[in-house]
Amino acid sequence: MISVGIDVGAKNINIVVLRFGELIAKGMADSGFEARDNALRLLGEVLAECDLAKDDLDSITSTGSGRKDIDFANHSITDVTAATKGTITLHPEVRTIIDVGAEEGRGIRLDDNGKIVDFAVNEKCAAGSGAFVESMSRALELTIEDFGPLSLESDKEIPMNAQCAVFAESEVISLVHSSTEKKDIAKAITDAIAARVSSMVRKVGFQTEIAVIGGVAYNVGFIRSIQNYLEKDVLIPESPEYVSAFGAALLPGK
Amino acid sequence: MAKEYWRWKEYNWKDENIDWKEATTISGGVDVGSVSSQAVILCDGELYAYASMRTGSNSPQSAVNVMNWCMDGTGLRLDDLHFTVGTGYGRVNVPFADKSITEIACHARGAHLMYGPTIRTLLDMGGQDCKAISVDERGKVTNFLMNDKCAAGTGRGMEVFADLLSLPIEEIGELSFQVEEEPEPVSSTCVIFAKSEATGLLRKGWAKNKVLAAYSSAMAHRVVALLERIDIQKDFAITGGIAKNVGVVRRIEEELGLTTLKTKYDSQIAGALGAALFGKVLCEKKRAKQAS
Amino acid sequence: MIANFGYKDATGEFYIAINTDKCDGCGKCVPVCPSGVLEVRDNEFDPMADEEMAAVTEEQRKKLSFSCSECKAGGSDNLPCVLACPRGAIVHSW
Repeated sequence: MISVGIDVGAKNINIVVLRFGELIAKGMADSGFEARDNALRLLGEVLAECDLAKDDLDSITSTGSGRKDIDFANHSITDVTAATKGTITLHPEVRTIIDVGAEEGRGIRLDDNGKIVDFAVNEKCAAGSGAFVESMSRALELTIEDFGPLSLESDKEIPMNAQCAVFAESEVISLVHSSTEKKDIAKAITDAIAARVSSMVRKVGFQTEIAVIGGVAYNVGFIRSIQNYLEKDVLIPESPEYVSAFGAALLPGK
Repeated sequence: MAKEYWRWKEYNWKDENIDWKEATTISGGVDVGSVSSQAVILCDGELYAYASMRTGSNSPQSAVNVMNWCMDGTGLRLDDLHFTVGTGYGRVNVPFADKSITEIACHARGAHLMYGPTIRTLLDMGGQDCKAISVDERGKVTNFLMNDKCAAGTGRGMEVFADLLSLPIEEIGELSFQVEEEPEPVSSTCVIFAKSEATGLLRKGWAKNKVLAAYSSAMAHRVVALLERIDIQKDFAITGGIAKNVGVVRRIEEELGLTTLKTKYDSQIAGALGAALFGKVLCEKKRAKQAS
Repeated sequence: MIANFGYKDATGEFYIAINTDKCDGCGKCVPVCPSGVLEVRDNEFDPMADEEMAAVTEEQRKKLSFSCSECKAGGSDNLPCVLACPRGAIVHSW
């Protein structure tokens, strides 16, 4: 039994290959503007790594905002279902999932059996997603990788007035001009996005354990900020950006 | 430095037929917006001079600059203004103002003069906000909403597109009509997401004008949705920087099935004009108080 | 006058509308709000009048969807600010 999960996000495609539920290969590529073709190419590469061909697969499950484009999948599931399955398989104790990707953010509340009770999604406004950090880091002339660690060097609380990513960019530039230190601005930005994400999580109600998945989980500054806002520690699964693809692979179609 | 496609032109104007030395009340209005600032001078309630300039990083200085430019060639000095009202986003930072008044009230008052007392619905599309205002026959606000939280539906959103497409902002209105047929509007509301959507359309081979048309109609659609909250009426006008963008204005008109009121004044000065009109009344009030 | 404080963004429309024909600036809505959203201040939208009205604070104006979420959790309609107003001058749009 070999199953594949393909998570097609706005920015990245993540693929996971499982043999009887055990991870045997994974890979990531840009979604680009031809997500289907890029996903097919990535699948070929990932399968080649573990000496498999497409014919060897028992099932391909797609998820993510671009899941409908994957016409070669035999099954597709929602982001919330995939994120939940992936997370509770890795960490059964989790009751709240925070999933922040490039262009979306989700808060999912689970019951004691790991069933979804409620969830909130924002995929319409960049302010609560990875896109916010990305455009701010561009304004600060920092790489995404440097952004989180740099923000950890600051303890200052500079409020960001702008809620919108477009307006926040101008605000960041004027902070730079007024000689505010980059680390303090970076902290203000991680606080801003964490404030938005945490209020979304509050809306669905949260309980420990709390897991953070999606690419933004790598941003250590964001993690610190969200822990401050929720006044709780959060756990981050290994390879948080693959959790939804993993969940999809675990839910094969017939 | 890269060319800035999103800048609007600066200008000033004065009425040569008016002699300010003969005026009993010279009132000033300054509207310090996030992107541009306007100044207006009234002589006994008659429009005497106005100017529009970019707002710099220092808003008190921008207020002084735009008023100085408004007075350029008139012989007037700041001290000659009997009463000045500041408005707009930087209204509390106008160093020579006697009072500051919210831009909602000033826009309503200014539009009432610019478009006549029949005006009932006013849409002001500024650089970083969008205001929908209902006005009564005296120019008083009866209902309003302002959106300055989100860049969608503001001048800033259009500037992002002008930059993305490397087209001068003053031309994009006309260019958006140079398409074979009207495309579907851009589906993302968020400017950041709309921009990535547009990048995708360009890679697909869409012409720049077609992308502009798709964004202009998305913007029109969004603004109309805002207007619906305040109960739009037939005597309707659009002010602010976007009023100069026919691509957005005509699409709003089409969607509403209405024609916007026209004015001989520059549509961007509504806020400053309203401020100066309040300045005149407040000046007269002050004098009456001092006399009694 | 109806003063709509709030915003519309890609996630929805979030306005608190104050009807100044009903609001007399009594301020009963102010202390009941757990997030400190409301205050009583001059009616700045009619600069020729000298009246006070309830209004959303400048600080909260752009984040109502977050600030009000506590009272609205579970889809509740029993909003303390609305209930506190003796004249029915406060309406939430969402």
